[in-house]
Amino acid sequence: MADYDAIVVGAGLAGSTAAYCMAKAGLSVLVLERGDAAGTKNVTGGRLYAHSLEKIIPGFANEAPVERKVVRERISMLTDESCFTMDFGSSRFKDPASASYTVLRAEFDAWLAGKAEEAGCDVVCPAVADDLLRVDGKVAGIIAGDDELTGEVVLLADGVNSLLAQKAGLKKELSPHHVAVGAKEIVELSPGVINDRFNLNDGEGLAHLFAGAPSQGMVGGGFLYTNKSTLCVGLVVTVSEMAESAARLPDMLEAFRESSPVKPYLAGGKIIEYSAHLVPEGGINMTPILSADNLLVLGDAAGFCLNLGYTVRGMDYAIGSGALAAETVVEAKEKGDFSNAALGSYKTRLEDSFVLKDMNTHRRAPDFIEHTPRMFKEYPELVENIFADMFMVSGPSKLMVKKALPHVFKAGLLNLAKDGFRGSRAL
Amino acid sequence: MNVEQKLSANKFVVDEGHPHIVIHQEKMDAATAKALTVVCPAGLYTLDDKGRIIFEVAGCLECGTCRVACAHMPGAMEWNHPRPSFGVQYRCG
Repeated sequence: MADYDAIVVGAGLAGSTAAYCMAKAGLSVLVLERGDAAGTKNVTGGRLYAHSLEKIIPGFANEAPVERKVVRERISMLTDESCFTMDFGSSRFKDPASASYTVLRAEFDAWLAGKAEEAGCDVVCPAVADDLLRVDGKVAGIIAGDDELTGEVVLLADGVNSLLAQKAGLKKELSPHHVAVGAKEIVELSPGVINDRFNLNDGEGLAHLFAGAPSQGMVGGGFLYTNKSTLCVGLVVTVSEMAESAARLPDMLEAFRESSPVKPYLAGGKIIEYSAHLVPEGGINMTPILSADNLLVLGDAAGFCLNLGYTVRGMDYAIGSGALAAETVVEAKEKGDFSNAALGSYKTRLEDSFVLKDMNTHRRAPDFIEHTPRMFKEYPELVENIFADMFMVSGPSKLMVKKALPHVFKAGLLNLAKDGFRGSRAL
Repeated sequence: MNVEQKLSANKFVVDEGHPHIVIHQEKMDAATAKALTVVCPAGLYTLDDKGRIIFEVAGCLECGTCRVACAHMPGAMEWNHPRPSFGVQYRCG
């Protein structure tokens, strides 16, 4: 007889959601978290799309420590000299079904783990799950230090590096083409200053992505999100590109945050934290084996993350996969069968849900983004040249079309058509 | 501001004598050693004038980028999580 029905490794969003849902269904659940508290080893690059947690804990944002509701989206193309920005604000972003929030993981994950604990889970931290416990070759629990803990099923929600999924043979070594490294600063400012600088009301937030100069032409980009009394400013670059870079990542982040489109936002702010994390960006191409006898893989450990350039999502998929893993385990418990014959339905559930449907819809996106370097260099330059000619006056004028066309030809009509077509099928 | 100054804002508990990352440079080519110096977001890898890696484990943000950057060089790096209570403790995240 096992100590627990389920052992969850990792009290991030996937793990705590799964634990919460299983405990609500009456299962005995142990959660192991390697940080001193849930969230203390986690980093977000941005914002939480609320829809998936909203289904599990309706109205969660009223009690959870969210930072700001995002009502303004900006995307900029940067060159060394210029910045072209699209700015979209809408009260439609306030609809709870499609709302998104900026969050800070140390607080938010602690809250969600607390919900799991309230529902009856044992949450133990700090505890590092060193290996899977096997009895007669079969997964029977977790080895953590000198302790052996037994469970009918183990849920691996141990994050993008998931050493355990690799040890279990479910996941290959991460490819540098499939993960990006993100580094970010948390900059403290007063809520009023943030409201003024970004044209926001109390509680309202902004998400701003930057392409081009920040990643120095490599696949990646900069970001800036508003929290209550801090800003997140950071940079993400695919590891395979970064490995060939002449500049160091921390120096590139410094150049970005000191660049003229960004620096004024941060002026007078104090850096209160500097963090980094890997981001799974391989999409469906990096999906591991999702289940085995007595084992499931969820969240970042399963690579459930999607970067389309204009939206970056991972936390809603983590929560979605956590809920579906819980459903699977609850059904397995009813059947008294935790073999892969029963747990294999996890993959079907994911395929029938937004998690793998989205990964499939955008299956071409990672390849498109990686193999269209023009998006990170030539196209921001094209935009700069067109708009500089449009707005700069230094003598006689020309027809707009005569100003723009040479720049378009320089970038290449065929390139634009080809990238436009491929992009429309990928993003 | 340089990265060392930024790192000083963080809370770290260093596990003296038990580094969670151990490097075996003899199993790594020069290009990979060079890559480590640019990919690490904390700038913890440098090369001395003979091309030997100097690595400072205190300040590690536990992202795993170095692990991925030398994954194609089997045995070049042992990468584990720090033991419980050690390493970086994010207060914001």
